[in-house]
Amino acid sequence: MGPGDYLAIAAGAVNTIAVSLLTIALGTPLGLGLALIRWRKFPILDGLVAALVSLLRATPSVTLVLLVYFALPTVGLELPRFAAGVATLTLGTMAYNCEIWRATLLAFPIDQLDAARAFGMPRALRFRLIILPQIVRAALPALVNEMTLIIKVSPAVAVIGVIETTRAAVRIGAATYRPIPPFLVALAIYVAVIGGFVATQRMLERRRRVEALA
Amino acid sequence: MIPRGIAVLWEQRDAMLSGLLTTIGIAIVAAICAGVLGLVLFSLLISRVRAIEVTLIRLIDLMRCVPFMLFCYMIYYGLPSVGIVVGNLTAGITALTLYNAAYIAELLRGGYEALPREGIEAGHAFGFHGWRLLVRIILPPVLLSTIPMFGNQMIQIIKDSSFLVIIAVQELTFAANEIQATYYVPFASFVCAMLLYWLLCLGVEAGVRAVLAVAERRR
Repeated sequence: MGPGDYLAIAAGAVNTIAVSLLTIALGTPLGLGLALIRWRKFPILDGLVAALVSLLRATPSVTLVLLVYFALPTVGLELPRFAAGVATLTLGTMAYNCEIWRATLLAFPIDQLDAARAFGMPRALRFRLIILPQIVRAALPALVNEMTLIIKVSPAVAVIGVIETTRAAVRIGAATYRPIPPFLVALAIYVAVIGGFVATQRMLERRRRVEALA
Repeated sequence: MIPRGIAVLWEQRDAMLSGLLTTIGIAIVAAICAGVLGLVLFSLLISRVRAIEVTLIRLIDLMRCVPFMLFCYMIYYGLPSVGIVVGNLTAGITALTLYNAAYIAELLRGGYEALPREGIEAGHAFGFHGWRLLVRIILPPVLLSTIPMFGNQMIQIIKDSSFLVIIAVQELTFAANEIQATYYVPFASFVCAMLLYWLLCLGVEAGVRAVLAVAERRR
């Protein structure tokens, strides 16, 4: 492996991180939206969301990315590879995040809401000031876990030709006839990125514990 | 567009069905192998030999940081470079087995950690050691408490098996992609594949519920 090869894998890593971060930024609030629809039990929508989440959770990312990339153009919506990749991973993680948010919403103590209602606090304010800060804290460990899962399925976008870490490593292996060294470099990158997420979560939890003590 | 897709899929139902059966076959074989290997790893993990325990935990943690697709490539290209030549299907099943064995060992360890110590100590007091302690005293409650996690892992195996399309294993996603490429019916073929995956996962979930119901009745 020459210096150019390391650079190629690093460029792949930038794509891995970009795809993952965009997916997290889109999928986390979308999941919360779906969870709120189910929590508030909107008629019809509630059932639709439940079915959609169940279907998406059962769909492999590889199959979904092929569907998004090849089928959307037939209905006149042509997405570039990168956008198709982000859209796919977002759909998948949105479904998982919906379940995470829903679990924390269902565990939310209802008496706090009753108290806020007794003080005449409007619904939007109740959500923003009372529910949201608490469910974010409760959901954080599960959300971070889901974020590491996104990074682990992100190579699926290589199937439609996005050159991310894994794909870059495979190409170098094919060109140099020595597949193992680039794979080890890719492996080190994934360990560092996923390890970074887990370390950030631990730090946030520690800081929160200190805040709770103070 | 969509009615034509359905017609094409109906004509190609044998290809789709064979892909589905391959996916089911791969998932079952990989699940059994990973289950057995996971049990072996778990028994080593609780063997209380410090060196083995530390090494295994490191390896399992490392495995949990590797994307399955990267691991799959590592097995597929890596085995030949150490002189082991296998077919695509064998390489794919090997990758699924090794990868999931680490996760299964970890979920068994989680169940074991949550187990009250008294039962095991009582087993010791009654003269259970080594293999008999593991099989008679430790495993029954650990397996019982981890049934739902096994279900989730099975679903993960089914979903991960779609990655084998990259090493040209002719499973469900491969079949859908072939039909899509030949007849240009991407929407119908991939939606059909998605629905079949959904069916498989709902089947696994129903299976887990049935096993739990039986376990509850037998208690």
